[in-house]
Order: sequence, then C-alpha cells, then structure tokens
Amino acid sequence: MNLSFSPEDLKFQEEVRTFLEKNYPADVKRKMDNGIPLEREDHLKWQKVLSKKGWFAINWPEEHGGTGWSITQKHIFQNELAAFNTPNIVPFGVSMCGPVIYTFGTEEQKERFLPAIRDNDVWWCQGYSEPGSGSDLASLKTKAEKKGDKYIVNGTKTWTTMAQHADWIFCLVRTDSSGIKQEGISFLLIDMKSPGVEVKPIITIDGSHEVNMVYLDNVEVPAENLIGEEGAGWSIAKFLLAHERTGIGGIPHLKREIKRLREIADELPLNDGFLKDDNLFMDKLNKLEIDLLSAEFTELRTLAAMSAGGHPGPESSILKIGGTDLQQALSELFVEALGYYAHPFMSESDLASNEKRIGPDFAATVMPHYLNFRKVSIYGGSNEVQRNVIAKAVLGL
Amino acid sequence: MDFALSEEQKQVQELITQFIAKDYPFDVREKLVKSEDGFSKEYWKTFGEFGLLAMPFPEGDGGFNGGPVDLMVILEAFGTGLIVEPYIPNIVLAGNLISKLGSDDQKKEILPKLFSGELQMSFAFTEPQSRFDVNDVTTSAKLEGDNYIIDGYKAVVMNGPASDKFIVSCRTSGSQLDEDGISLLIVDKDSKGLSSRDYSNVDGSKASEVTLENVSVPKSNLIGEEGKAFKTISQVIDLATLAISAEAVGIMQKMNELTLEYTKTREQFGQTLSKFQALQHRMVDTFMVHEQTKSLLLMAAAKMNDNAPDSSKAVSALKFQIGSAAKLIGEESIQLHGGMGVTEEMSIGHYFKRLTTIRTIFGNSDYHLKRYSSL
Ligand SMILES: Cc1cc2nc3c(=O)[nH]c(=O)nc-3n(C[C@H](O)[C@H](O)[C@H](O)COP(=O)(O)OP(=O)(O)OC[C@H]3O[C@@H](n4cnc5c(N)ncnc54)[C@H](O)[C@@H]3O)c2cc1C
Ligand SMILES: Cc1cc2nc3c(=O)[nH]c(=O)nc-3n(C[C@H](O)[C@H](O)[C@H](O)COP(=O)(O)OP(=O)(O)OC[C@H]3O[C@@H](n4cnc5c(N)ncnc54)[C@H](O)[C@@H]3O)c2cc1C
Repeated sequence: MNLSFSPEDLKFQEEVRTFLEKNYPADVKRKMDNGIPLEREDHLKWQKVLSKKGWFAINWPEEHGGTGWSITQKHIFQNELAAFNTPNIVPFGVSMCGPVIYTFGTEEQKERFLPAIRDNDVWWCQGYSEPGSGSDLASLKTKAEKKGDKYIVNGTKTWTTMAQHADWIFCLVRTDSSGIKQEGISFLLIDMKSPGVEVKPIITIDGSHEVNMVYLDNVEVPAENLIGEEGAGWSIAKFLLAHERTGIGGIPHLKREIKRLREIADELPLNDGFLKDDNLFMDKLNKLEIDLLSAEFTELRTLAAMSAGGHPGPESSILKIGGTDLQQALSELFVEALGYYAHPFMSESDLASNEKRIGPDFAATVMPHYLNFRKVSIYGGSNEVQRNVIAKAVLGL
Repeated sequence: MDFALSEEQKQVQELITQFIAKDYPFDVREKLVKSEDGFSKEYWKTFGEFGLLAMPFPEGDGGFNGGPVDLMVILEAFGTGLIVEPYIPNIVLAGNLISKLGSDDQKKEILPKLFSGELQMSFAFTEPQSRFDVNDVTTSAKLEGDNYIIDGYKAVVMNGPASDKFIVSCRTSGSQLDEDGISLLIVDKDSKGLSSRDYSNVDGSKASEVTLENVSVPKSNLIGEEGKAFKTISQVIDLATLAISAEAVGIMQKMNELTLEYTKTREQFGQTLSKFQALQHRMVDTFMVHEQTKSLLLMAAAKMNDNAPDSSKAVSALKFQIGSAAKLIGEESIQLHGGMGVTEEMSIGHYFKRLTTIRTIFGNSDYHLKRYSSL
C-alpha cells in the first residue's frame, strides 16, 4: 500500500495545471466564478478545449480516443479541473452513451457516433424516466414498434436534463410487452430533430430550467439506431447506471467548495469579528471535511479495484449515497453561513445581468443551489433505491 | 393543566381554515406572490375586518386583549395555507413595539391604521454583520436640535417594499455590541436620504436593503426612552420567534399531510409508495417530530402568556427544535415526492422553501442552542 504521488504523477499534475492556466476560457471562468448560469455555448466552448487536447473522453479505451491514464492520473486530473472551478462535464454523451456504444455497439455504430461524442460535436440527453416510471424504471411504457426498417416510437419521457440543448437522446423503449417487464426493453438512439419530438420545460424550485418533458409522437427511427439486441436494453441500462453512480459523488468539486467555505468564514463579518469565530459553525465544517475524506478514499478504493479489472459494480451505490449526502450537507452549510442573506432571490436573468448582488457576492447562488441539490438524492436512482441495491446485491438479502 | 383552546380561539382557527379553503388555494397564493405587491392588500384589509390584526393587543390600544396563545393560533393556521401577507413584520414586530413603548400620540396616530390594514410597516433591525444579535447595531442616530440624524444600513428588512413607515433600531450611544444605547425611531419611507432596494425572497415574501444617509426625523419620532430600547426589542423578537415557530408548525403539519397523501396515491413496483416499510418509518419519524415540536410550541406559548421568568429560555428551546424539525420534515417531504418534489408546479416545494427560511429567521438552531445555554 502506498497512497502518495510518484514524481511522474507530480509532473503530470504540473502539466495539467499549466494547461488549465493557459486554456481555460476566461469568459467561461468569469461566469463560473460569479455564479452566472452557463449557456449551451459556454459548456461546448469549455469541453472543446478538452477534446482538442485529447483530454475529454479520459475513461474511454485508447482505441476510441481515451487517455490510457492510470487511476492516479485521472484522480489528479479531476481534482485540478475542480480546483480551477471549471464547469461540470455534461455527462450524457461522454460518460453514458459513449461507454454504451463502445461496449455494446456494432463497428458501424462506433464509427458513426463515437468521434462526435469525443469531439463534442453532438449533445446527448438521457431518456429513461417517464411520468409513471421513476424508481420502477423497468415499468416504462414508451413503445417502439418495428415497421420494416424503422421503429415507430410513441410515449413520454420526463425529467430529461438539458433536453432543450440536445441534438440526440438515448432512450429506453419497450419493444415487447408480452413477458417479464425487464426483458421487453431496448436501447434506442433518437435524433431530436426527428418529426414528432417535442420538448417542454419543467421549472424546478430553484427557479431554473434544467429538466424537460420530451414527447415522442409517432417518431420514426431507423432500425440501425438500436444498440445491442432487441430486449437487451435493461442489461445495458444497468451497466450504465453503475457508470453513472461513480462520477455522481462529485468529490473533487466538494473539496474545492469546502476550501471556499473556509475562506468565506475567514472573511465574512460576524458581529465585531468573523464567521470563523463561531465554534458551532466551524465544528460542522470540520466534521464535513472528515466525512469527505472518508468518501474520497472509498472512491479511490473503488477506482483501484476497477482498474485492477472489471466494471464498477453495485459498490458504486455506496459512492452515490455517500457523495450526495455530502453535497447536500455542504450546500446547507453555505446557507447557514449566510444567515438572512441566503433569502434574497435572484432569477437566472438577474444573475446574468450586471445588476449588483444583494449581500455578499457569493450569496445569490447559495439558496438556489441548496434547493436544486435536493435532486441529487433523487436522480440517478434515488438513495432509497441505492440502499435496496446494496441490500440485495451486496449484502445478499 | 389544560391544553385545550378557548371557544374564541377555536373560532379564529376555524375562520382562517375556511378562508384558506375558500379564498386562498395554492394557485391564488402563487398569483399573489408573483404580483407587483407580492401579497393581497385586499385580503390584508379582510384580516383587519376579521379582527386578526388587532387581536394580540390590549383593549386600551384598541385591541382584543389577545396574548401569545392567540398569536400562536393565528400563525399556525396561516402556516397551513402558506399565507404570505406580512403579519409578522406589521403586527407582531411594528405593532408590538408601538404598543409596548409608544407615546399616546404615536399609538393614536399609528395603531388604528395598522389594525384596519391601511398602514404597512416593518422593523428594520438587522445589519449585514449582526446576524441574529439585535444588540449589534451600528446604524447611528444623533440628536441635532429637535431632530435625529440617522446614518447606516439595514439588511433584509421584511416587508420593506410595501412599508409606509419603518421602525429603525439605531445606536444613540455606546459601542457596536452594547445593549445600552439602542433607540427606536419611526422613519417614513419617503424621507429624504432614505433609499431602499426592494426584492423578493425565495419563500415568496418581500424584503429591502435600506440605506440611511443623513436622514432627519423629528425628536417626536423616538419610541420610548432614548438608549433604552434593547429590553423591549428582545421581548418583541421573542414574541415574533414564537409566532414564526407557530407558522412553521402549521407548515410541518401540512407537509406531512401532503406527503402521506402523495405516497398513498403514487405507485411504483405495482404498489403505492406508502406500502414500502423504508418509507413508512420515515413518515412515522416526521409525524413524531411534528408532534414533539408542537408540544414545545404550546409550552413556550403558555410560558409567554404567563410572563414566566424562563419564557425566553423556552422560546430558544422551541426555535432550536424548529430548526432541526424543519430540516427533517422539509427535506424528507421533498425526498418522498421524488422528482415531483423539486418542481415549481407542486405546492410541496413552496412549503419547503418557506419552512427553510424560517429555520434562519430570528435565529437558527445554533444561535438558539447557545442562547439556551446562556440563559
Ligand atoms: C433534477 C432531475 C434531473 C433528472 N434527470 C434525468 C435525466 O436526465 N434522464 C432521466 O431519464 N431521468 C432523470 N431524472 C429522473 C430520476 O431518475 C427520477 O426522478 C428518479 O428515478 C426517481 O423517480 P421518481 O421521481 O418518479 O420518484 P418515485 O419513483 O415516485 O419515488 C418517490 C419516492 O419513493 C421512493 N421509493 C420508490 N420506490 C421505492 C422502494 N422500492 N423502496 C423504498 N423507497 C422507494 C423514492 O426513493 C422516492 O423517495 C431526473 C430527476 C431530477 C429530479
Ligand atoms: C430487556 C427486555 C425485556 C423484555 N420484556 C418482555 C416482557 O416483559 N414481556 C414480553 O412478552 N416480552 C418481553 N421482551 C421481549 C420483546 O418483546 C421481544 O424481544 C421483541 O418483541 C422483539 O422480538 P425478538 O427479540 O424475537 O426480535 P425479532 O422479532 O427477531 O426482531 C429482531 C430485529 O428485527 C426487527 N424487526 C422484526 N420485525 C420487523 C418488521 N416487520 N419490520 C422491521 N423490523 C423488524 C426488530 O425491530 C429487531 O430489531 C423483552 C425483551 C427485552 C430485550
């Protein structure tokens, strides 16, 4: 056992830092540092910086444009991205659909879809959930009927994150309703520009437009957009959910935010001193940091096990629960740091405008973030469902 | 020992419950929140006609002799309907400061209009650095001839945008944290040198940042004795803490009801969510916490009613509990609603937002734990 970085690792870290200092676009950075909501183009601009360098699809096999980095290098890279406060990578293409295609797709599909994901030319979204099928995803009803060399798709997807920006959607659809519900599900790629696709916004309690309903009305999809066999959709989905659960803990980001909260506590006036003089507050901050260490090293153990062979398994549920608990606890601590100044509400357009903020500069996004982050224990398989997974698959109950 | 409400109190409760059912459904509330004023001035006058605005004041002041228990009854009922009309800033804060300390002339000029709903007021007592300490006052007032000259900044002043008049806590002597040397002055919204930045809060209420530069008010606008306001401010903040805790308990009750209802209708895996034992236990916990919090509410209201020597301590115990109960019930309710819980469309998220801001208003759990220990 050796948990320290080698000289090569440190050199790599320096390389990443230098690259980010030079290439992280200043306008995107300004928005990130000032809590201004990002537009589609901002995400793309940033992600293109990485894809041009070949540092975007870092987890992919090298033959498809992956980096071949060790887990330590990946760990270093993620931490540096977070330390520079870069935007989260939109995961639907690079972390979800890509791995599905290179694992289950035909050669033709790999050639057709992977380069555009790796180079950030196509924006993907995830069409799993439906109004009647949330936790019980396998009960999904969106129907795909084979007619000649096409599927005709009808149904409603919901909670589709950033569908308003997406070019393509990967969907779970029902191709067979006769047998066990899991066995009639297929994995289908749909061009959002197809006639019959309609996107309607869902506004969340923080006032933002992040999720959507996606209506599919007699949408014609070429049969060659099916990934894997008909009926293989569920096992593909399970493979993908495990992938989704590893990155979801957001640990590097949490490390940066804890550091930021410490800096805030040093400077935020409280009576005739500063917030850092409030022992109860600082105790909570320190406890959170200990929990974070535990989560970080649990993640590293999982990653090490993965790199020794195999895919992330049900253990990734532990990371999801632990990481999201921490994200929520930290978002709450930011609210506490602000006292009354957590309450003023600025809309996304207020934030984007040059209007002066109310209270401390960092205040405006704190409460929206707390409210928005209720989602992290709900999406990607709720934390209750994760516990069911651990009970069943890990503890054997 | 009797926990029962009086007949009159039950009637008040019934009146408000019916008002909410008939005139204040969630979609109406949403329209009001999004309107220019952020609440209904018409409903505010209706509350005046109901007698709710004059309820917790002595008969001598034109009130109905109600006390903390009556206040609790009103606010708890308001909480169930998420009533956004500014009862606490106008009635509990401004009204009580005038009633307890004001001169006869001040009472005559202000209270009748406050009780009828014609006049809007607020209490400007927080500053950026003061957090929950009402003794932390840097806004200064200096007597020059027959006028006080006020300079300073007040933060997140509840009901600021609608207010015709502010009551401003000012330092007339002593240093930043001294309890001595704090005075209350009535300042008209349109006074020269007063500027306010108005905005909405996440819970649908409205507030202002108020800057005072060389604002001159006549000496007769001083409420009570110069430099001696701290004790009364503390008492009034205690009362307001009780009131907002009652509102929170009403919200908790409603959130538990809504969640129970939702889990009984939403089906996943071929059964209603309410059938999952993992969720049943959580709903049992939120049910218990609501009951336990209500017990502390009744205790604190009764102690304040009796002017018990430990009533401030009881209020801190209550608000400490409100903080943790609001977190548990608020967050669990959203979680059990799944994705629907985070939508703007459903009422549950709006109850959650108000319950969340209440955790902070007049002191969060940490603050009241410290205060409890010190009293
Ligand atoms: C902001 C946000 C973004 C999202 N993005 C996407 C996306 O891009 N694509 C996509 O396909 N989906 C997305 N989702 C959907 C998400 O995956 C679902 O919300 C999630 O699966 C939960 O489903 P539900 O909302 O229908 O809740 P329900 O399944 O109705 O669950 C309600 C509550 O019951 C609990 N529960 C359900 N079953 C059980 C059980 N067996 N035992 C114990 N408790 C149980 C749940 O944990 C939850 O607390 C997103 C959701 C949100 C909120
Ligand atoms: C100190 C002591 C004094 C006692 N005194 C008396 C007495 O005076 N008279 C008397 O009749 N009995 C008495 N009991 C027995 C007591 O009532 C039983 O221990 C109790 O009913 C639990 O049964 P069990 O021990 O068989 O545990 P089990 O029923 O085997 O339960 C084991 C665990 O599983 C949990 N569990 C069981 N069923 C469920 C479920 N459906 N859902 C969720 N969790 C579940 C339990 O909560 C427990 O944690 C006493 C026990 C103790 C420890």
